[in-house]
Amino acid sequence: MKVSIYRYNPDTDREPTMKEYEVDTQGKDLMVLDILALVKEQDESLAYRRSCREGVCGSDGMNINGKNGLACITPLSEVAPGVKEGKKPLVLRPLPGLPVIRDLVVDMGVFYEQYEKVQPYLQNDQPAPAIERLQTPEDRAKLDGLYECILCACCSTSCPSFWWNPEKFLGPAALLQSYRFLADSRDNATEERLSRLDDPFSLFRCHGIMNCVSVCPKGLNPTRAIGHIRSMLLERGV
Amino acid sequence: MVTSVTSLGRNGLYDWLIQRVSAVVIAVYVIGMVGYLICNSDLDYATWSAFMGSVPMRIANTLMLFSVAAHTWIGLWSVTTDYLTSLTFGKAATSVRLVGQMAIALLLLVYILWGLLTIWGGA
Repeated sequence: MKVSIYRYNPDTDREPTMKEYEVDTQGKDLMVLDILALVKEQDESLAYRRSCREGVCGSDGMNINGKNGLACITPLSEVAPGVKEGKKPLVLRPLPGLPVIRDLVVDMGVFYEQYEKVQPYLQNDQPAPAIERLQTPEDRAKLDGLYECILCACCSTSCPSFWWNPEKFLGPAALLQSYRFLADSRDNATEERLSRLDDPFSLFRCHGIMNCVSVCPKGLNPTRAIGHIRSMLLERGV
Repeated sequence: MVTSVTSLGRNGLYDWLIQRVSAVVIAVYVIGMVGYLICNSDLDYATWSAFMGSVPMRIANTLMLFSVAAHTWIGLWSVTTDYLTSLTFGKAATSVRLVGQMAIALLLLVYILWGLLTIWGGA
C-alpha cells in the first residue's frame, strides 16, 4: 500500500513536503502506528512520537487522512474506505495548528499552557479530614467522561477556534479538564474558576461545531462539558 | 482571563446572551413578516404603509433594527478577531483589525440612525 507522510526538518528543509512510501501489509488490518514502524525500517530519518502503543499515553496523536486520531489504536480499516485494501493511500500529517518540530512531531507548548491555566488540580480551603474527602457514588459519577482525557491534543488541534486563537481560547481539552474540577464535589474554588472563564475568548470562542467530539479517541464529549460550564456561568451571571 | 475592549458586552457571557436573544427577535420578526405577506398577497401601498406606520410595528422594527445591529457586531467582531490576527497579518494585525472593526461600527451606526429616521421620521 502507498503511504504519504509529511516530512519537514526546519534545519535543512525550506518547506514541508509529502513523501511517498510503499509498505507491504500482507493484507493485515494493521494499526497506523505499525505502518509507521514499517516505514521507519525503510527510512530511519522519519520522526514521530510513540510510547505505550495502546491508546493510553496520548503521544502519537496525528492527522490521519484528514482526521485527527491516535496512530496506535486506529486500524487501517477505520481510516477510510479503500485504505486497507491499498486502493487509497494512507496520508499522515502532524496535528494541525501547532508548530512542527520535525516531521510528525509538534510543539505542544501552547496546548499545555492552556491546560495549566485551568488549574487542573483539586482546590479546597477547608481543613483536610483525618482520612480523605469522601464523595457519594452520585457525585463520583459526575466525573465519568471527564477524567479519562489523556491530553493527546487531537480535539484542540481539530478546533478552528483553537487554530485562530491558540493563546486566547483554552481549547476543548483544557475546558473539559476545567469542567472536571468544576463538577467535582470536593473542589470549592468554583467561583474563582468561573470568573476566569467569563471573557469573550477563554470559553465563549467555542461555537459548538463539535469537531472535538468527532475526533476524541477516548470517546469523550468536550462540547457537552463546555455547555455545562456555560450553564454554570449563566446561573451565576443572570 | 482575556480582556477585550471592543467586544459588545466586554464579557463573553453578555455577548453570548445578546447573540441568542437577538437571534430569537430576528427569527420571530422574520416568521411574522413572512406570515403577514402570505396572508396579504394582494397588498397595496396604502395597506403596507398603514401597517408599517402603526405603533406596534414601529416598535417591532426598532427592536429588529437594534437586534440586527447587535447580532452583526458580535458576529463580525468574532470574525475579525479570528481572521485579522498576527497569524495572517503579522505586526500590522492590530491596525488592520482596528480599522476593520471601526468600519463595521461606523456602518452599523449609520444603519441604526438611518433606520430610526425611516421608522420614526414620519411619526
